[in-house]
Amino acid sequence: MKAATAHAPATPKKKSVLAALEIDTRLLGMIGAFVVLCLAFNFFTDGRFLTPRNIFNLTIQTVSVAIMATGMVFIIVTRHIDLSVGSLLATCSAVMAMAQTAILPDLLGVGLDSPVVAALAIVVGLVCGTAIGAFQGWLVGYLVIPAFIVTLGGLLVWRNVAWYLTSGQTIGPLNETYLLFGGINGTLGETLSWAFALVATVAALWALVASRRNKVAHEMPVKPMWAESAIGVLIAVAIFGFVALLVAYEIPSGRLERIFEARGEVLPEGYSAGYGIPFSVLALIVLAVVLTTVARKTRFGRYVFATGGNPDAAELSGINTRMLTVKVFALMGFLCALSAVVASARLTNHTNDIGTLDELRVIAAAVIGGTALSGGVGTIYGAILGALIMQSLQSGMAMVGVDAPFQNIVVGMVLVVAVLVDILYRKRTGGKA
Amino acid sequence: MSTDRGTDRGQDRGAPLVELRDISIAFGGVQAVDHVTVDLYPGEVVGLLGHNGAGKSTLIKCLSGAYRMDSGEIRINGNKVEINNPRDARRHNIETIYQTLALADNLDASANLFLGREITNALGMIDEAQMEAETRRIMGRLNPNFRKFSAPVSALSGGQRQSVAIARAVYFNAKILIMDEPTAALGPQETQMVAELIDELKRQGLGIFLIDHDIHQVKQLCDRAAVMKNGQLVGIVKVDEVSEDDLLGMIIAGKRPEHLAA
Ligand SMILES: Nc1ncnc2c1ncn2[C@@H]1O[C@H](COP(=O)(O)OP(=O)(O)OP(=O)(O)O)[C@@H](O)[C@H]1O
Ligand SMILES: [Mg+2]
Repeated sequence: MKAATAHAPATPKKKSVLAALEIDTRLLGMIGAFVVLCLAFNFFTDGRFLTPRNIFNLTIQTVSVAIMATGMVFIIVTRHIDLSVGSLLATCSAVMAMAQTAILPDLLGVGLDSPVVAALAIVVGLVCGTAIGAFQGWLVGYLVIPAFIVTLGGLLVWRNVAWYLTSGQTIGPLNETYLLFGGINGTLGETLSWAFALVATVAALWALVASRRNKVAHEMPVKPMWAESAIGVLIAVAIFGFVALLVAYEIPSGRLERIFEARGEVLPEGYSAGYGIPFSVLALIVLAVVLTTVARKTRFGRYVFATGGNPDAAELSGINTRMLTVKVFALMGFLCALSAVVASARLTNHTNDIGTLDELRVIAAAVIGGTALSGGVGTIYGAILGALIMQSLQSGMAMVGVDAPFQNIVVGMVLVVAVLVDILYRKRTGGKA
Repeated sequence: MSTDRGTDRGQDRGAPLVELRDISIAFGGVQAVDHVTVDLYPGEVVGLLGHNGAGKSTLIKCLSGAYRMDSGEIRINGNKVEINNPRDARRHNIETIYQTLALADNLDASANLFLGREITNALGMIDEAQMEAETRRIMGRLNPNFRKFSAPVSALSGGQRQSVAIARAVYFNAKILIMDEPTAALGPQETQMVAELIDELKRQGLGIFLIDHDIHQVKQLCDRAAVMKNGQLVGIVKVDEVSEDDLLGMIIAGKRPEHLAA
């Protein structure tokens, strides 16, 4: 094909810098709102908000809701909703807590803190979550009960299944290995964190280059080289900056002493070490990459978006939209279970009220992150950023000293306003609301 | 009454590609299609005519798997087949351009063209670039002015959307093509290209059902015309043996022309 001239006009119209970078303006708006929010809280807390310690905490508090929000993107994109996520999290958490404290150690004849127990408990939890999700998806897809009703029922059912399983009691302390996924109890440490930053940067840059090569090979238009390089630099700075912040939060000396003691050594004078990337955050990052790939590059992801855009067209194109619904809800269930690991490990216990009101936070995160309730539109990174914004808002208000009822009132209002802003934005940019 | 005319053609063309026999389907109280029998031979274009709501789209949707008929049978190359969903139809190389186009508005042209049949690489990942290149190639034939390859199809004009739907139907080597008002939104130049496309596909031996309200066009493009009224078949005629007025009479009055009345 010698048609290159057709798509690369000799004198391209002068584009704005933003247009050349092809960065989505909505993402920029969200990042802008997030930065303003952080700066405002930092101002009102006399600089306590933007400390490595607080940023570290904010990050690990966000993970649980963010994990579920990525699944909620798929649910909402297919024009469904899942109100049961908080309760499903509780059921999965209860199952895993009972498995690792009451059942597995006896069954296997090993200690409470055996790593095998942790691994098996997590597998049981994930299977359980996936199965419950798939069942709800079957009710929605095959029996055509509206997702709103199925999951509203689920909200009550799973909350109380969790209660029943644990007789309403707090279960703990949980398995030592299991607790590694809670955040502060399991981090990569400095060296591995930097290594991760390096690997992640190289991978991201390689992906950029590969995508450009592929486009060139098919004679498709590409961004100017300077724009491509600028994006590469931005990515590298973002990754290293994030890791630097997490490494900057230093392990308290008392704790270091104990770590050295456990190894039979003495803490050297003047020694210090940072926490680095928590395992839970690492899991979220890996999940984000995997699910973004699933959404953009696999048939499953393509069909999710097609079904959200036009369910009839998807069906007429030979897509089994019923089975797709089951799969999407099963994925949501799986992610609820994963989220349950992080949430209960962070609390070091299973508590009866774990995950309460998470459905609101998760839906809010997805919607603030640009998932359109009318279906067909949404991104994984948007939902994670949405979760981060929600968590910052909540923690920030707590630090500033806003009373608990007002915190919730503000969060509720932010959700409504975010949707309004989204509708106005889409109207202006010509997309569908 | 249609079979006698079908057979004289059948003798010089072999077995019919498609036989729709005695098809009926009702929605609630509405008998949308009422015991209709039509056949289609390879290399033939059969026009489906009728007033709005006559049941044309419903009839062909039984063949494309969008609806399940209440009674009747479908034969392809003489063999009885079950078509319960669009996947079954695709398996029999039946491609359809729906009146509503059936496009996912939030996806771009190539995503729609390949919907349900994406090109994937060795890892099972969708090969976006390859798909877009193929899309550019086929659109270059159908609608050379088409440029909006990366925009969602919601941003396309009615005619551009229609070209995408046509491209999707002809890309995958259909043997049986169903076109439900394919040129309704097209300009004169694009309509001309579709007409040429139909002629070419016909020469390649495809069988085509063409639903069209433009009688002049039906006379030009089709070999036979089947006229429906209120869900029933009025008759099937060879377009060379009738005038445009005869066809109009069949559509409006539901009567077969005098000189053909057996
Ligand atoms: N899904 C449906 N549910 C209920 N009634 C339907 C449905 N589809 C079609 N009908 C009815 O069946 C009849 C035939 O409709 P159909 O769409 O086949 O007409 P048509 O001949 O294609 O008309 P047009 O020229 O306007 O496209 C109409 O009375 C219509 O109201
Ligand atoms: Mg119709």
